[in-house]
Amino acid sequence: MGNIFRWFVPRSGKAARQRSFLGICSFLLPLLVWCLVSYVPFIWHPKILVVDPGGVDYFQVGMLVDKSVFRDELANMQLQHLGVPHGEPANPIYLPAPHQVAKAFYTAFTTEPEQKDGPWLHESLWHSVKIIFWGFVISSLFGVPLGILSGTYSIFGRLSEPFIEFFRYLPAPAFGALAVAVLGIYDGPKIAIIVIGTFFQQVLIVANTTRKLDTTILEAALTLGTRRISLLTRVVVPAILPDLYRDQRILLGWAWTYLIVAELIGTSTGITWFITQQARYQHFDNVYAAIMMIGILGFGTDLLLAKLGRRLFPWDRSLDRT
Amino acid sequence: MNIESTLPGYLEQSDAVRARFDRIRQREIILEVRNLGKHYSSAQGDVEALRDINFKVHRREFICVLGPSGCGKSTLVRTLAGLEKHSSGKVLLDGKPVLGPGQDRGMVFQGYSLFPWLTVKKNVMFGPEMNGRDHDEAERDARLWLDLVGLDKFADAYPHQLSGGMRQRVAIARALVNQPRILLMDEPFGALDAMTRAKMQTHLLDIWRNIDITVLFITHDLDEAIFLADRILVLKAHPGEVQEVIEVPVPRPRSAASLSSPEFRATKARLEELIHPAAAQESEEDQVVKPHMIRFTNVTDNVE
Repeated sequence: MGNIFRWFVPRSGKAARQRSFLGICSFLLPLLVWCLVSYVPFIWHPKILVVDPGGVDYFQVGMLVDKSVFRDELANMQLQHLGVPHGEPANPIYLPAPHQVAKAFYTAFTTEPEQKDGPWLHESLWHSVKIIFWGFVISSLFGVPLGILSGTYSIFGRLSEPFIEFFRYLPAPAFGALAVAVLGIYDGPKIAIIVIGTFFQQVLIVANTTRKLDTTILEAALTLGTRRISLLTRVVVPAILPDLYRDQRILLGWAWTYLIVAELIGTSTGITWFITQQARYQHFDNVYAAIMMIGILGFGTDLLLAKLGRRLFPWDRSLDRT
Repeated sequence: MNIESTLPGYLEQSDAVRARFDRIRQREIILEVRNLGKHYSSAQGDVEALRDINFKVHRREFICVLGPSGCGKSTLVRTLAGLEKHSSGKVLLDGKPVLGPGQDRGMVFQGYSLFPWLTVKKNVMFGPEMNGRDHDEAERDARLWLDLVGLDKFADAYPHQLSGGMRQRVAIARALVNQPRILLMDEPFGALDAMTRAKMQTHLLDIWRNIDITVLFITHDLDEAIFLADRILVLKAHPGEVQEVIEVPVPRPRSAASLSSPEFRATKARLEELIHPAAAQESEEDQVVKPHMIRFTNVTDNVE
C-alpha cells in the first residue's frame, strides 16, 4: 500500500524510469480499453455478424444486423420451423479492432488508390506535411518578429494587439471561401487558412513571452552600454529564445489542428482527401490508421523538437523542472 | 546605558581618520547630486519619492546609502544609473549631466542580473563588445577581471552553475570591465547568507583598495554600511530625504575585528537612533499586521 501511495506525491520528480513507465502506461490504458471493447464479446457489441443466414431471405453471410433484428428473425424462423440463422456478436463497422487498424498501417500504404491517377497514401501525407510547413513558416516569418516587437516596445504592442486580439476570435475556416476567391483552389488557400489560424495567436503568445523577460536583465544590459537595436538582438532575443522555442512547438501543434479544415477548402487534398475517400468506401481501419498517422507525425515532431531544444539551450533551467 | 556612556561620540575622529577625510575632500568630485527630487503618480495619488537630495562623491570614496525600506534608496541609485528619470534637480557625473544609462556608471543589482544564456566569460565580455571593442581585446579584459574576482576557473560555466556569491562576483567583474567612473551597487549582497555576505564585503574592499573606482553602495544593513563606507548617507522615508551624512570614524584598513571597535559601536548607536527612533512610531505594516497569538499546545508543554 505504502508503495502505491508514494506515487501520488505531487511533483516528486521521481526517477526517469518511473516517468517513462507512466508515460507508456498513458498510451497503454486507452489501448487496453479499445481491446476490451473489441475482443470481449459481452462488452458492447451491439451488432450480430451473420455467419449462416438460415431461412431469413434478406440475410447474407458477413452482414451486420442489429441484435434486436436478429433476435426477432431467430424467433420468427423457429416459429415457422425454418432454418435458424447463426451469427456472432460484433461491433459496428465504424469501430474496427486494434489488429485491423494495425494491419491498415501497412496495407494503407500498399493499396492502390481507388481512382486511377489518385495519390498514394505516402503522397497524400507528404502533401499535408508541406502545407503545414509552409503555413507555419509564413506565419512565423511575420508573427515572431511582430510578437517580439510588441512585447519589447509598448508602442508596437498597443498599436497592434487590440486588433489582433479581436481578429483571433474570427474562426480561420470562415475565411475559406474568401481564400479560394483570392488564391485559387489549390494549395494557396489551404496555406492561408493555417497562416490565419496560427499567426494571430502567435503574435500574442510571443509578445507575452517577451514581456515576461526579467527587467533586471534589460536594465543590466543598458547600464553596460547597450543601445537600441543591439538591445533587441543581443539581449531580448537570446534571453527569450528557449521560451520562444517552446511557444513555437505549441503553435506548431496548433497549426496541425487547422490542417483538416484547410485541406477541405478548394480541392480536397492530402491526408484529408485520403480519410474522406476511405470513409466513403467504408474502409474505417484505414481511416483510423490515417488519423493516428497525423497524431504520430505531430507528436513525433514535438518529441524530436523537445530533444533538440535541450541540446540548443543547455543553460535553460525550466527544462529541469518539467 | 552605562556601556553607551563609555563610548566615544560618533563625531570624534582619530587624527589618522581625520587626515584621511581631508585627503578625500581634496580629490576631484566624481558625482554631484544637486536638489534631486522625484515624484511619481500612483494609485494613492502623487508620491514624493525623493526630496531635495544633495551630496558630492569624491574620487575613490566609498559611500553607503542607508535607510529603512521605502525610503527611496533604490530609486536614488536607479536615478543615478539613468534607469529612472528625476523630476527636479541635477545629477552631474564629472560635471556633465546624466541623461540615461551609460557605461561610465557600472551597476550591480540585488537580483542576479547575469545573462543566463552566456557563459561567465561572455557575460563579462558583453560590456566591452557593446562598446565597440574587438573580440580578442574583450576576451583579454574579461580574463583579467575574472582573475581579479577569483573566478577564472569558471570562465566557461553558465551563471546557473554558480552559487549566489560567485554570481555577484561575476556581476562586479562585468560592471568593472567597462572601467566606469563610479560603481553603483543596489543592495548587491542582500540575497546572500551571512557568511558569504561577510566574505563578499571584504572582497569588495580589496577590489576598491586596488583599483581606481568610486563606489556608491545601497544597503539597509547598518553593520554593512559601517564596515564598508567612508561616509554614510542616511535617508529617511516619506519622502526620501537626507537625514544625516556620517563620516565613519572606524579606521582603515578594516577587518572583522573592526566590528567590535568603540568607533564602530558608536556609529552604530547613532545609526540606530536615526533609523529606529526611540519612540518608535509604528510603521504602516505594524499598524495593519497584528498577530493574534493563540495557544495551540498543552499549557504544561512549555519551551521556555
